[in-house]
Amino acid sequence: MLGLDKKDSTLLLIVVALTMLAPFILNPFPTESGLAQFNAGYPDLMQRFVIFGIFAIGFNILFGLTGYLSFGHAAFLGIGSYSAVWMFKLLSMNIIPAILLSVVIAGIFALVIGFVSLRRTGIYFSILTLAFAQMSFALAYSVLTPLTNGETGLQLTLNDPRILGISQTADGSIPVTNLFGLEMRGAFDLVVGPWSFTFSAGYYVCAVVMLLAFYMSIRIFRSPFGLMLRAIKSNQQRLNYTGLNPKPYTLAAFVISGMYAGLAGGLMAAMDPLAGAERMQWTASGEVVLMTILGGAGTLIGPVLGAGMIKYFENIFSKINDNVLHSWFSFMPDGLEDSVVFIIHPFVGKGWHLTLGIIFMLVVTFLPGGLVEGGQRIARLFRRKKTVEPKSAKTEPAE
Amino acid sequence: MDSIILQILNGLDKGSAYALIALGLTLIFGTLGVVNFAHGALFMIGAFCSVTLQRILNLSYETIDATQTDFLGNPLKVKTPYLESWFGPEMGSSIIEWSVPLAILFAIPVMIGIGFIMERGLIKHFYKRPHADQILVTFGLAIVLQEIVKYYFGANPIQTPAPEALSGIAQLTSTIVYPVWRIVYFCFSLLIIGAVFAFLQFTTFGMVVRAGMADRETVGLLGIDIDRKFTIMFGIAAAVAGLAGVMYGPINAPNYHMGMDFLVLSFVVVVVGGMGSLPGAVLAGFLLGILESFASMEQVITLIPGINQIIIYLVAIVILLTRPRGLMGRKGVME
Repeated sequence: MLGLDKKDSTLLLIVVALTMLAPFILNPFPTESGLAQFNAGYPDLMQRFVIFGIFAIGFNILFGLTGYLSFGHAAFLGIGSYSAVWMFKLLSMNIIPAILLSVVIAGIFALVIGFVSLRRTGIYFSILTLAFAQMSFALAYSVLTPLTNGETGLQLTLNDPRILGISQTADGSIPVTNLFGLEMRGAFDLVVGPWSFTFSAGYYVCAVVMLLAFYMSIRIFRSPFGLMLRAIKSNQQRLNYTGLNPKPYTLAAFVISGMYAGLAGGLMAAMDPLAGAERMQWTASGEVVLMTILGGAGTLIGPVLGAGMIKYFENIFSKINDNVLHSWFSFMPDGLEDSVVFIIHPFVGKGWHLTLGIIFMLVVTFLPGGLVEGGQRIARLFRRKKTVEPKSAKTEPAE
Repeated sequence: MDSIILQILNGLDKGSAYALIALGLTLIFGTLGVVNFAHGALFMIGAFCSVTLQRILNLSYETIDATQTDFLGNPLKVKTPYLESWFGPEMGSSIIEWSVPLAILFAIPVMIGIGFIMERGLIKHFYKRPHADQILVTFGLAIVLQEIVKYYFGANPIQTPAPEALSGIAQLTSTIVYPVWRIVYFCFSLLIIGAVFAFLQFTTFGMVVRAGMADRETVGLLGIDIDRKFTIMFGIAAAVAGLAGVMYGPINAPNYHMGMDFLVLSFVVVVVGGMGSLPGAVLAGFLLGILESFASMEQVITLIPGINQIIIYLVAIVILLTRPRGLMGRKGVME
């Protein structure tokens, strides 16, 4: 299907089904129940899932395939957001030109930064990208204030020109972002018994874009180009000796992943038309590194899983407070309950970063392939139990 | 002329922080070959050592003083630190006032201990793994350490004032005045740097470590347990970062993410100085500190706006592209 082999088509179909049905899947608990706070099916969060999914997919094309660890990818995300907001200010509130511009601008920046940074490898490459990203961040905060509006962040105003659109709506408010009239903020609630599901236009636009991005990344992974990138990861020197110049390939990978980041930034601005410099800070770059590694660098689905997991942690896990914990463990005797809550307390709620850090360290130490590798190991365990013949349990040699 | 001297002075105190952190980073990289992204967190923990000591010294008991009343007319509760009751009010309060310098004594064993635990517990397992993995796992560790500190001390900066005798302003010449504590910080960093170099240069232990840095395998073949020595060096590097943090408290109130802010810059410093070169790290630290303070001069900013924000990164990019081994890096080390 679509030029993919059977395994990849299945994967793509699963991802399509999951993203399309996400409003149901992420809302498993009835609205009134005590567990309703673990529902992640509200538009804002679902959009973030897929947008950061795109970001991580793009990062994975660079890090997963070529092994170049960039610590400055958030710069492209920020650049994408700024360009999209400028398009909203100047041209129209339609998201298509805004997203196109953000991809193009991010691509240009990635070309320049990549051209310079890729002259070095290893830790030097990481430091160079980090330096460029911090430079962009510092500039966005200070000198480029006319372009970026400094600390306040770039926002839409009532007197923006918007050549192809309207500066303000009839009732004097700022128009909302749309896709040929389909408002991004528009949502439709479906109430089934105690459950309530929200279908947001913005989420579905993002989801479709993510599916396209995901399909692209499968094609890249399976293409001769992707194979070349893997060759660079495994042994660049040998590649040089065979007379191939790896530079154009790494640069192409860098630009592609920069454009993915720009796309994510553009979408982010399309959902919520403002852009701030903090999106470019190096901790934001660190976040996408966390996502990709957590999910599984170099795998197709890993980055999306990682992005989903981190965003879930950030938004849902962080809401667990002492009251919730007490209600969970209320079946225990009082003293025991208090001590259990006391032990768990630092790891949940505001301490979610701590849990994340610990999980991340464990993953890097024991599961270099991330959650995907963990899943594969578990699957293999089950398969081994089912099949009686020990021969079929032989694992394939690692790539 | 005065403004130039002032900028150099300004650069020196920031530069000394950079130099100390970069020195620790280089010690770890040069001995163990590990890129330690958690080094900024060690700096931060050092700063919080002094916060902890300050809190310990301020432990106090409450007494009801019948002679004083609060605005409601109730007898006032007076808190007296235990120290004041043990050593008498004057001695006690001056001990509390000197909590930051005293924290040096407190921080050294704590930091060395943390360094040991880090190396033996975690980093040991990453020697054979690629640099990217080392970066990632220490990055995770940095997050964990930062969050633990945030949990216990909160997210707001905590003031750790310098003792009164050292917190004034010094009249250096007729026109130049400068905060005393910053001069103290500079001298302190010179002392630490000198001590580390002397330790490596003039002791047998240091000699073995240097030999191990040059050729680990041969030293091992000579029957020396070089891993053990390197573990101790890791502890020392942690202590250097921690001390830099302790003394930095009065300049910038410790908060939980101060380490991350410094980490990026000190990596840049290490790269500019040359990976694995101790003198390079120190030199680059001071150089970049001074450069940064010159770039933030009024005249320079009007000439090239925003240069003060990016000068360090700009220098790093130029150096990395033109002289990848850094200012004083050895040929062939991580080029």
